[in-house]
Amino acid sequence: METSTQNISRRNFIKLSGLTGTALTLGLGFSASGKEPEIFNAEAAEGLGVELNAWISIDTNGKVTIMNHRSEMGQGSFQSVPQMIAEELEVSLDQVNIVFAPGNGRKYGSQVTGGSSTIRGSYKKLMMLGASAREMLIETAAKKWGVNKSECYAENGEVIHKSSSKKLNYGALVADAAKLELPKEITLKNPKDYKIIRKPLPRQDTPQKVNGKAIFGLDFKLPGMLYAVVERSPRFQGKVVKFDDTETKKIPGVKHVLKVTRDEFDNMREGVAVVADSTWAAMQGRKVLKVEWDDAAFPHHNSDILYNKMREQVKGDMISFRTMGNTVKTFGKAEKKVEATYETPYESHSCMEPLNCVANVTDDKCEIWGPIQGPDWIQQNICGHLKLPPEKVIVNMTFLGGGFGRKAFTDYPYEAVMISKEIKAPVQVIWTREDDMTIGPFRPGMVYQCKGTITEGGRIGSYEAKLSGQNMDMQNPAADKSTYNASDTEGFLEGYFGSIPHYSFGDSPVESPVPVMWWRSVYASTNGFAFESFMDELSVLAAKDPLDFRRQHLGERYNLLIDKLEQVTNWKARKKNEGYGVAITECFSSIVGEVVKVSKTAEGKVKIDKVWAVMDCGWYVNPDIIKAQVEGSIIMALGAATKHETTFKDGKAVERNFDSYKMPRISETPEIEVYIMDNDEKAGGVGEPALPPFTPALTNAIFDLTGKRIRKLPFSLDNV
Amino acid sequence: MAAITLKINGKTETINADPKMPLLWAIRDIVGLTGTKYGCGIAQCGACTVHLNGVPVRSCSLPVSTVANKEITTIEGISSDNSHPVQQAWIAEQVPQCGYCQSGQIMAATALLKKNAKPTDKDIDVAMQGHICRCGTYPRIRKAIKTAAQLITKK
Repeated sequence: METSTQNISRRNFIKLSGLTGTALTLGLGFSASGKEPEIFNAEAAEGLGVELNAWISIDTNGKVTIMNHRSEMGQGSFQSVPQMIAEELEVSLDQVNIVFAPGNGRKYGSQVTGGSSTIRGSYKKLMMLGASAREMLIETAAKKWGVNKSECYAENGEVIHKSSSKKLNYGALVADAAKLELPKEITLKNPKDYKIIRKPLPRQDTPQKVNGKAIFGLDFKLPGMLYAVVERSPRFQGKVVKFDDTETKKIPGVKHVLKVTRDEFDNMREGVAVVADSTWAAMQGRKVLKVEWDDAAFPHHNSDILYNKMREQVKGDMISFRTMGNTVKTFGKAEKKVEATYETPYESHSCMEPLNCVANVTDDKCEIWGPIQGPDWIQQNICGHLKLPPEKVIVNMTFLGGGFGRKAFTDYPYEAVMISKEIKAPVQVIWTREDDMTIGPFRPGMVYQCKGTITEGGRIGSYEAKLSGQNMDMQNPAADKSTYNASDTEGFLEGYFGSIPHYSFGDSPVESPVPVMWWRSVYASTNGFAFESFMDELSVLAAKDPLDFRRQHLGERYNLLIDKLEQVTNWKARKKNEGYGVAITECFSSIVGEVVKVSKTAEGKVKIDKVWAVMDCGWYVNPDIIKAQVEGSIIMALGAATKHETTFKDGKAVERNFDSYKMPRISETPEIEVYIMDNDEKAGGVGEPALPPFTPALTNAIFDLTGKRIRKLPFSLDNV
Repeated sequence: MAAITLKINGKTETINADPKMPLLWAIRDIVGLTGTKYGCGIAQCGACTVHLNGVPVRSCSLPVSTVANKEITTIEGISSDNSHPVQQAWIAEQVPQCGYCQSGQIMAATALLKKNAKPTDKDIDVAMQGHICRCGTYPRIRKAIKTAAQLITKK
């Protein structure tokens, strides 16, 4: 298998992928009237003027090329997209080449790899595409043999006539198949006949990730490319008054020093770029650069000011998000009631690959290469700023060394484009780890106030959650701040809404100069802690087993997951000197339940013995990738719960590198067991939904063991 | 600037560089081998790990002048066809997710297995503790090191 990241039109796609002779090329595109993508034959689409992406091509040698339109940042779209198409096309994955698609929202629909959406957003269409090609090939073979196509089937890149066992390779059929009309009706395979989907097939990108050959953004180089680092205002939003580059220019290798802007949610931020012939020379030049900043125009926040504001606001008026009945009245007259406040910290994404991007701006064209989560967003953003049509702005994706939401932001490619435009040369902008960790945007921290009641029958009478924190969508100067609110219920089980008679979710957003952005599982990453900690507090008040307490409020799909958790953890046999905690959250159309088991060490520290996770993501593609994503989500959550946070002092982020923003290490990783529910539900997300339940399951387990309720993150396991 | 002779993966190359330039940037920007990664620049994450005379070191914190004429091995020198047992074990256990830190992880694991053919969990913890994986592939790294140990013993 080979990969490529070049710019691709249909013609050069065919050239690039080494396809020979006439190819059968099908893709998805949008017709003038259609809102939903339709399947087109490439030849026909050109006649209709439809811009088509070539998702799948088969040449006369039977070679199959599939284009992956989503970013590969570890979550496995590189494997799962081709795995879906190949299933319906009836080819094995080793017969397939995979090519990254460049950014083009008009062709692909959204390419932003966020919201755990790659599979759940497009799986049926992708499979239809594979199935359409398969049916066209079968039809061609049947015509050649003069038999009915129902007598033929496809397998392993060949069409086979059942009774005579005659065979034709796809390569021998494509030229004629390409001339056929698209099949009107397509039947997708019955899941029980899957040969590739639902199998733990090895990832196609693994071989190049164990020998240094995989090209990440930072590894991409162009002839004559220069390297840039940027001194950005250490305080958020500071502007450049003036700079002195006398010493910088004395460093051998330094070529340019220039003021540069970057686009942060339509707010222009400023910095000074040092451009040199090596990364190191640029870094040395930056060290001796003197910049004077104007940072008087905004508050120099620190964490205390920010959190005190949230703590104050969470008691006041809310923008209501979702309500039923009357929680205030119910709480007022209830006998059994509880209230609690929870706090979650700001977090850095800290992808292992720091932000970087290569740009080459010439007189009439702009081309970008980098680790990019939202290539279509970046294309749109750059088109707007440079006043170029989309065909002149080419955004190429490399592998991403982590993304977690940060690499969907358009600021770092924008900065590279502006520098290249100014110096008229290809340039790679490198954010140092310190830049990456201090400039943001960050996952916003939140404060929650929850109030709930228990009925005489031991059920939830009312559930109220008030949230306060920074809202990601309010950073844009054009945002309507009076109406918009956060996804306040993200993480909460949809199933509870049908059985809790009185509930209320509301939000009181705060504003701050700190930039914020999606972080793996977004609002659920922090909501989950508050919602499922409070659910545990309610179950204690009701004096019920935490699994039974949840079970009585939920329907069958949830209860099957709870049964599974009960069984795999041997829940009923848990021992007195061990703490067990459960949490179940729902986001991106998937439900995940996790149980954490803890015990005390001889020194009195808390030790995590084991974690069990049950993922219900409905229809799924690759169980091994799901397991890997669940393991990774749990370890990322462990870091945010017990190891790191970003704090602010004097308008700056305090934690600058891994010496102060401490990551979980191999020795701290508990044993993790992952189970996947098998059902016929719609496909849900996989990359994010296993993160939110871990932390509340852990703190609920600590409560079970010690009686101590943890309501503020992060905390240290050594010091509970 | 100075002329410095580097012995990387069995090949000798003379480069012209600032003697203070860390080995990492010399390998990446001048020699052009990009498998060795920049992660933190302060020897906290292990992404830049290479072998110096067989011992794993953090190339981000070693001035290039101090390693002249010493044997340097990068991920590219482990094997380019994935024939090394550690690479095979990494594939068998499907370790990488994003894959960015894995060059460093593999360099640490190969060095561990060279001096300790049967590492215990404790030995693995000690050898791999300096390597951050943000994707959380640690459980699979542990498994893969044990698989690699078996592959090496079988040989």
